[in-house]
Amino acid sequence: MTTRSNRLAAALIAPLLILVVASFVVPLAVTLYTAIGNPEVRDTLPRTAAGLRAWNAEGLPAEQAFEAIASELAQAQEGQSIGQLSRRLNFEQLGMRALLLKTARAKDDLGTPYKDALIALDPRWGETDTWRLLHRNVAAVTPLYLLRSLDLSVAPDGSVVHAPRDESVFRALFARTFIISFWVTVLCVVLGYPVAYTLSTLPPRWANAGLALVLVPFWTSILVRTTAWFILLQKEGPVNALLQSMQIVDAPLTLIFTRFAVYVAMVHVLLPFVILPLYGVMKGIDPVYMRAAASLGAPGWKRFLRVYLPMTMPGVAAGALMVFMLAVGFYVTPALVGGPDDQMVSYFIAFFTNQTINWGMAAALALLLLAMTAVIVTVARLVVPGFKVGAVNL
Amino acid sequence: MIHRAFTAVVLLFLIAPIIVIFPLSFSSGELLTLPTPGWSWRWYRDFFGNAQWLLATRNSFIVGIATMILATLLGTLCALGIFLGRFRGKALLVATLTTPMIVPVIVTAVAIYFGFSFVGLNNTLTGLVLAHTVLSVPYVLLTVLATLTTFDRNLLKAAATCGAPPHVAFTRIVLPLIAPGVATGALFAFATSFDELVVAIFISSPGQFTLPRQMFAGLREFLSPTIAAAAVLLIVCSVLLLFANEMLRARAKARTIAADPAEPN
Repeated sequence: MTTRSNRLAAALIAPLLILVVASFVVPLAVTLYTAIGNPEVRDTLPRTAAGLRAWNAEGLPAEQAFEAIASELAQAQEGQSIGQLSRRLNFEQLGMRALLLKTARAKDDLGTPYKDALIALDPRWGETDTWRLLHRNVAAVTPLYLLRSLDLSVAPDGSVVHAPRDESVFRALFARTFIISFWVTVLCVVLGYPVAYTLSTLPPRWANAGLALVLVPFWTSILVRTTAWFILLQKEGPVNALLQSMQIVDAPLTLIFTRFAVYVAMVHVLLPFVILPLYGVMKGIDPVYMRAAASLGAPGWKRFLRVYLPMTMPGVAAGALMVFMLAVGFYVTPALVGGPDDQMVSYFIAFFTNQTINWGMAAALALLLLAMTAVIVTVARLVVPGFKVGAVNL
Repeated sequence: MIHRAFTAVVLLFLIAPIIVIFPLSFSSGELLTLPTPGWSWRWYRDFFGNAQWLLATRNSFIVGIATMILATLLGTLCALGIFLGRFRGKALLVATLTTPMIVPVIVTAVAIYFGFSFVGLNNTLTGLVLAHTVLSVPYVLLTVLATLTTFDRNLLKAAATCGAPPHVAFTRIVLPLIAPGVATGALFAFATSFDELVVAIFISSPGQFTLPRQMFAGLREFLSPTIAAAAVLLIVCSVLLLFANEMLRARAKARTIAADPAEPN
């Protein structure tokens, strides 16, 4: 009986499991692997790679390595795989693209001994550091992208150093993502708590009307709500028109493409995620506790701090962690209403995927963003027993 | 009293931006500002007379309905399998199937884009349906599983004793009882697909643009009042979906009370 019902169960579960594994789990794993994957040197320069494995990374490699790289670069140029290789090595060491392309183009002028010919072509072939760079990238995995995501880099001698200043944007990016998410969370709790409280004390007719005003935005898509703010906050938009007609300001304010716009729109999008679970918790609190505290002589503020607040804390924690988790992954809202200095981690993941086509960096940032989210969810599960991401459906 | 005034202000903050779009979309002027110079339907005429917006509307409904059907079918069957099976690791299985809810959507989008590039599913409606199914199926799975927790297994034994083959037991007993959960899941699946933008940004080209994707493209090019008209149409759809969801909840509630009058409201 058990095996039969399990066979039926397996047949029912399999279709969805196959779909989710094939179009989500596997692609996610492969994508995250590209954060450390290092195929370029091994695939494009296999003989050079084999030769360099025997090299002790001191002085210069043997003539055989010079001959191998000269012929393999020429082949790579014909096979067009040189683009990927040179982009990859140039990302690690500026100038490598020029060196590789120059060497590939010079193939007809090169002859034995290749060592002397290559060094004559470009003195960098006579530097140990150039060869160490290639030697380092014979390995199947590289820490480069993850290091760069933390503003670190690998020096020519192989030690980990601070990345060049003009490429050191990622610690600031993660800090900014954290700070924006933190303040959005604080604002959502500060604004949402009194609303949930008031709604929970109103008679049903009024409470339902109030809840409708929370649910309509909640069901309206993030894009539509962001679009609303995009329109409202324009220089000639309704907000500036209102402020000017009330003579609060003389000239229109710059509201769109600012950090202020990002905060306003993100709080607007995420506020229902605090109000709805908090309302649920507050509805479940028996008013008898507050009456008991009052009859024992506790003043209003003390009743709130010592009785009501502790009982609503699970709701606050659940809502706040939910908002924080969603906020760190925000993309559309900052991309539309924020300026260049208001973009979050997601923006750069999209940037590296669509603009510069640097899969390694996109994957490394995605991995770190995912790690951040995992930490938040773990904390949420520890702090709020039964924390469920999908539980906001009131 | 202060908290009531405060609440009114916050609720106004939540609803006002959505309300304000309505008069803006009926403006007769080119500028999206208030007060409007006059009223007209011109931006709605523009929307319904524009091939790109119409294609996007069509794509949105095709993808939304296909996603709803696929996610509801696969999610409901899977929930039943989890309910009927006697094996370990159910929690892990549900956790795996619902990870798309936790993973930041940009990460999911990049992963799907990368994965689909190997099998030629990028820039196809099929790819969009599969991606949206992955994103929306957790809601179906969770709502149906939640409904099944109140399902009495003895009913299945009774059906078997009475000689009903499994498919009859399913259509006559199981399905009617879990229908509210299935319907709620289907609604969520459609809403998720209909509103989805980030994955669409990565895996669709203009031929497969959905309404949100077309709106996003429009916002980045030129802020025309047609976008406000599109936003109003999307808001109306969202409110209809919310209304349908509330109806389902009210019916489910009435049903539990009818089944168990002792249960307090």
